Amino acid sequence: MPKAFEVKEVTKGFGDVKALDGVSLEAEEGRVFGLLGPNGAGKTTLVRMLSTLLRPDSGTLKILGEDVVKNPQAVRNLIGLAGQYAAVDEYLTGYENIYVTGRLYHLSHAEAKKRTNSLLERLGLSDAAKRPVRTYSGGMRRRLDLGASLVGQPKVLFLDEPTTGLDPKTRLDLWTIIRELIAQGTSILLTTQYLEEADELADTIAVMNNGKVIAQGTSDTLKAQLGGEIVEFSLDRPSDQAAALQAVKKLAKTPPNFDSATQQVRVPVHDGSKSLMGIVQELNDAKISVATLSLHQPSLDDVFLALTGSKTAPIAPTKKAKRGTR
Amino acid sequence: MNPAKTLYYNISDTWTITKRNLLRYVRLPQLLVFSSIQPVMFLLLFNFVFGGAIGDAPQVPGGKYINFLLPAIMVQVTMFGGLQTGIGLAEDMSKGIIDRFRSLPMSRIAVIAGRTFSDTLRNVAVAAIILSVGSLLGFRFHEGFAHAAAMVGLILLFGYALSWIFALIGMSVREAETAQVAGFLLIFPLIFASAAFVPLQSMPDWLQVFVRNQPITFVVDAARELSFGMNSHGAPLKALLWALGILAIMMPLAIWQYRRRSN
Repeated sequence: MPKAFEVKEVTKGFGDVKALDGVSLEAEEGRVFGLLGPNGAGKTTLVRMLSTLLRPDSGTLKILGEDVVKNPQAVRNLIGLAGQYAAVDEYLTGYENIYVTGRLYHLSHAEAKKRTNSLLERLGLSDAAKRPVRTYSGGMRRRLDLGASLVGQPKVLFLDEPTTGLDPKTRLDLWTIIRELIAQGTSILLTTQYLEEADELADTIAVMNNGKVIAQGTSDTLKAQLGGEIVEFSLDRPSDQAAALQAVKKLAKTPPNFDSATQQVRVPVHDGSKSLMGIVQELNDAKISVATLSLHQPSLDDVFLALTGSKTAPIAPTKKAKRGTR
Repeated sequence: MNPAKTLYYNISDTWTITKRNLLRYVRLPQLLVFSSIQPVMFLLLFNFVFGGAIGDAPQVPGGKYINFLLPAIMVQVTMFGGLQTGIGLAEDMSKGIIDRFRSLPMSRIAVIAGRTFSDTLRNVAVAAIILSVGSLLGFRFHEGFAHAAAMVGLILLFGYALSWIFALIGMSVREAETAQVAGFLLIFPLIFASAAFVPLQSMPDWLQVFVRNQPITFVVDAARELSFGMNSHGAPLKALLWALGILAIMMPLAIWQYRRRSN
């Protein structure tokens, strides 16, 4: 059975910048594949290639077995693209935006009309259907953009940072809509900077950084890479930092570290509560007093930190870099 | 896909895009109002300001300056109409709409062909307004209907050819403001260093060489020959060849640019 998409050894450079540096990925049909990474990681470049907007320097990309470079028109019949910036026409109404896109998928007038009305209904835009998009809010535009990407009933849907820049409430609304799509069996490639979003929606997650895939798996397997559990504590006296790291080292699964943002020592451990008690003992013996102490399951944030050595908070992109990869 | 189907989709997708572009004038009629106010303003200003200074135009039938002026204004506003093609495409590009279109299984020529066509249809409307206002100011065709139709047709064809140049510019610069500035840089020298508004003899020799041989002079001279019988030394044919030549070069270039754009 062909994969929803298949990416092999793909590279792409923009001038001196290597946007993609030997990326290989594949996704089963009917699943949600999450592509996670900070700004500039190469996510959008990959989506642009898979949606035939950009050619790779080398490597191959296939959608349901069709080669993106050799047979782009066949690929375009299989895909839908909802971009990072809602690509809607301000001057047209919501209805007209989706209808025109439907006609350009070569649907008949009647079919385009039928699908447009049903999509507007599903996206909660029926009441606004006859209003020019100029009057729409940011969340409504994203929903409309999503509607336009669905009118061709794509087998593979690309959602490039669908909720970036939206407020939390609107983001939750959009997640609900995406979950409905998932339930219908559409294969989805979702890119996001939000770990929570990938965790919520994706079956498989690939983590990208600097044009490379640095980890891949389900959110559970990614979490398991850190051994499951982490003990975190903060110190009464910051000067104890080095001594504390030394004291807990033998109980740690991987070397403990000090997170300067939260001012906490983080210790990945093998055996949750037992390790926690051991750590308390060690700190006590070393006469280090702690202000707070906790044991928790790692979040994808922890995974990202461990993989890239940096926080997930994206480095602000320069305007040029952003345009180059769009 | 078989050739007949490809041809069919080229035409039907172009028409879909044309309608999409024209819909904005239905949704925002003030856009059409403003885009016709400017040409009318040019016509009135030139007629009453320069017309007063120049006085009678003895070489023109009836000695009326408006008969001399209107063909030039029509060429000028058609050029500005072509500029809209570049601005419109750059705007669609910066908003990501071109990306959406490029990801659809639609014709690869339709986005630009539809844009140039809808801008030409708008030029038809603007030309009609210019002719109406001109006739109130005393403009008349003197060479019969066929020549009149040929004049309007030639100007619109030339405007259509120019809009393919602006399409390439718009696709290349990606931003509406830049497309506009780049367009002005092209339009102003061509329109003012031409035979459109002032007599050739008043210009320095080196400039005359340019003015005599540049396409806008041919189009303006051709329009004057066709509207009131001025001897233009074969300008209509030269203007037609320029228009076809520009199309032959710019159509493939603009479409090539559209296909490769984001690389």
